[in-house]
Amino acid sequence: MKQTIAEKILSNHANKHLRAGEIAICQVDFCFGQDGTSSLIIENFKKLGVDRLFDSTKFSMFIDHSAPSPNIGVSTIHKLMRDFTKKYSVRLHDIGCGICHQLMVEDGVMTSGDLILGADSHTSTYGALNVFSTGVGSTDLAITIASGKNWFKVPETIKIIVNGKLPPCVYSKDIILHIIKDVTSKGANYMALEFYGGTIAHLSLSSRFTMANMSVEMGAKCGIFEADKKVLNWVKERSKRKPNPVTADEDATYKDVKEYDVGTLVPQVSIPHEVDNVVSVEEVEAQHIDQAFIGTCTNGRLEDLEVAAKILKNNKVHPGVKLIIGPASRGVFLSAVKKGYIDTFVEAGGVVLSPGCGPCVGTHNGVLADGENAVSTANRNFKGRMGNPNANIFLASPATVAASAISGKISDPRAFSRRLKR
Amino acid sequence: MKNIAHRLLKAQDNINTDYIISGRYKFRVQDPHELARHAFEDIEENFYERIKKGDFLVSGENFGCGSSREQAPLALKATGIRAVVAKGFARIFYRNALNLGLYLLECNTNYIDDGNELELDLDKNVLKNKSKGLNIAFKPIPSLAKKILEEGGMVEYFKKHGGLKVEA
Repeated sequence: MKQTIAEKILSNHANKHLRAGEIAICQVDFCFGQDGTSSLIIENFKKLGVDRLFDSTKFSMFIDHSAPSPNIGVSTIHKLMRDFTKKYSVRLHDIGCGICHQLMVEDGVMTSGDLILGADSHTSTYGALNVFSTGVGSTDLAITIASGKNWFKVPETIKIIVNGKLPPCVYSKDIILHIIKDVTSKGANYMALEFYGGTIAHLSLSSRFTMANMSVEMGAKCGIFEADKKVLNWVKERSKRKPNPVTADEDATYKDVKEYDVGTLVPQVSIPHEVDNVVSVEEVEAQHIDQAFIGTCTNGRLEDLEVAAKILKNNKVHPGVKLIIGPASRGVFLSAVKKGYIDTFVEAGGVVLSPGCGPCVGTHNGVLADGENAVSTANRNFKGRMGNPNANIFLASPATVAASAISGKISDPRAFSRRLKR
Repeated sequence: MKNIAHRLLKAQDNINTDYIISGRYKFRVQDPHELARHAFEDIEENFYERIKKGDFLVSGENFGCGSSREQAPLALKATGIRAVVAKGFARIFYRNALNLGLYLLECNTNYIDDGNELELDLDKNVLKNKSKGLNIAFKPIPSLAKKILEEGGMVEYFKKHGGLKVEA
C-alpha cells in the first residue's frame, strides 16, 4: 500500500507496515523535556520504579522557559533537573544555552527520517528536517526515557502546497498565519501535514522551522517537509548519523489537499485571543502597542534578527514601547553580536535577553500590565499567555514587529521595503 | 448524590491548556490540589468552588489545545471531576489525560446544559442526561486507551505490564 511520509516514518520505527488510524509501538530516536514539563517527567519516571534510563544519550533536558529563574519555585524545578541529569548522566542545557527547539536542530542529535518526542508542544519544529517530531506530555516522556519507545496512533495527512513568489517584506511567518486562518485551530487535529511547492523550495531552513513550529497551532501532530538539498546539507553538517530521507508515495492517501498562492500575500497579523484569528496588517494598522517582542522558537533565529536589525538600524524605538529581543540560542546570540545586530537593537533602545523563551510563556522577562497590547513574533496569543489575562497579544513576523516598535502602533513593514530587499 | 454538568460560562470551543491552568502556576506550583484551585482562573470565576467530586466538565470543540503541559489534566483531575465531556479533544491533551487516568468523553454536547444531572455508563458508552431524559452516545474509547484508563493511568499500566507490552 502507498504511504505518506508520516506513515512511512512510523512504519520504519515499528518494523511493520502501518496505515493511518492504526496504533503501534515505535522506537523513539531522541526525546527531551524542558523546565515547564521536566519536574513531572522526573516525578513520573520515579513512580515507574525503573532506576535506569533506556539510553541516557538519547535524552536531554533544557532550561529555557523560565531562565534564569525568576522565583524560588522555578529555582527548585531547575535544581531538580540539574540533580536528575547529573545522576543519570543526561545532557543538560542550562540557562543561557537557548530554546530547546533551536538547540535540538543545531545540535546534531537528529537526522532526516527520525522519530523524535519532546515534552513541549512545539516539538513539531523539526518536521522541517524531514523528521517526524511531536509534542507529548510528561508521562509519555517518562515512559519513553524508561523504555525507548511509546505508542502512536498513525495520523492521517493533509498535503499543503504553497506556490508563488513571496512579495517583499512577506515571510514564512505570514504564510503560516495565512494557512492557520484557513485550516483553523482545530482543522488538523491529530493529523500530519506535508508541505510542498515552489515557495517552500526557496525558503531557508530557518523559515521552514517557523512553519513546522506553528503546525501544532492547527492541532497537527507534525508538519513535515521533504528532505531537499538544503535539509540534507543541514543534517549532514551537524549529525554523524546517516540521514534516511523519506518521501511520500505518489498515490499515498491524503485526508485533504490544500493549495495556496502566496504571490500577492500581504503581511499577516493574528489578533487576540486565538491564533487562527488572522487578518492582514492593514486591518489593524492603527492599533497602539506597549510592547514588542522578537524571539521564541518561532522567530528568534539569526535571519529573524537580521530583518529586525535592518529595520531598526539608525531608528529609535517609540518612547511608549518596550522592545524586547530574545535570541533563540547562544549560537544565534553570538552571531548576532558579530554581525552588529545586537548593537543596533541596544542603540535603538531595545532590551536584549539571554537566550531562552523570554516573555512568551508569561513567567518573566516582560509580563504585561492590565490593558497593555503586545505585538510578538511568538506562536500563541491566548488570553493570559504573556502572564496577564487582561492584556492583548498580536502575532506577526519579525519585520512587522520591528516596524511596529518604531511607530508605537502595529505597522506595515512594507514601508521599509528598500531596507529589506532580498 | 447527584453528579452535575458544569459548563464554562464564557467560552465553549478551543479551550486551551493555558486557560485550564495558566503558565503562571505551572512553573511555581507542584501540588495538583493547589493547581486545581487555579483552574480556568483567567476565563472564569470560582470554577473550583462550583465542582464537587464526581461532577462533569462539559465543553465544545477542540478542548485542551495548545501547550503540552500535563499540569492541565492534572489540575482538572484534582478538582474531582469524573470526566471531561466535549465535542472533540486536542491531541496532546487527549494523551495526557489518558496517561493520568482522566476520562474524556467525546459526544455532541449540545444536549447538555450547565447544571444538568448526568450519569455515566462506561459499558454502554452512554452518558445519561437525567435532567432531560436523554441518552447521549459517546465515541467508544479505543481498547488500548480503555485499558490504560481502567488501570488508573499510564504509570500504573506500565508498572503492571513491565512496559508498553500491549499490541493494539
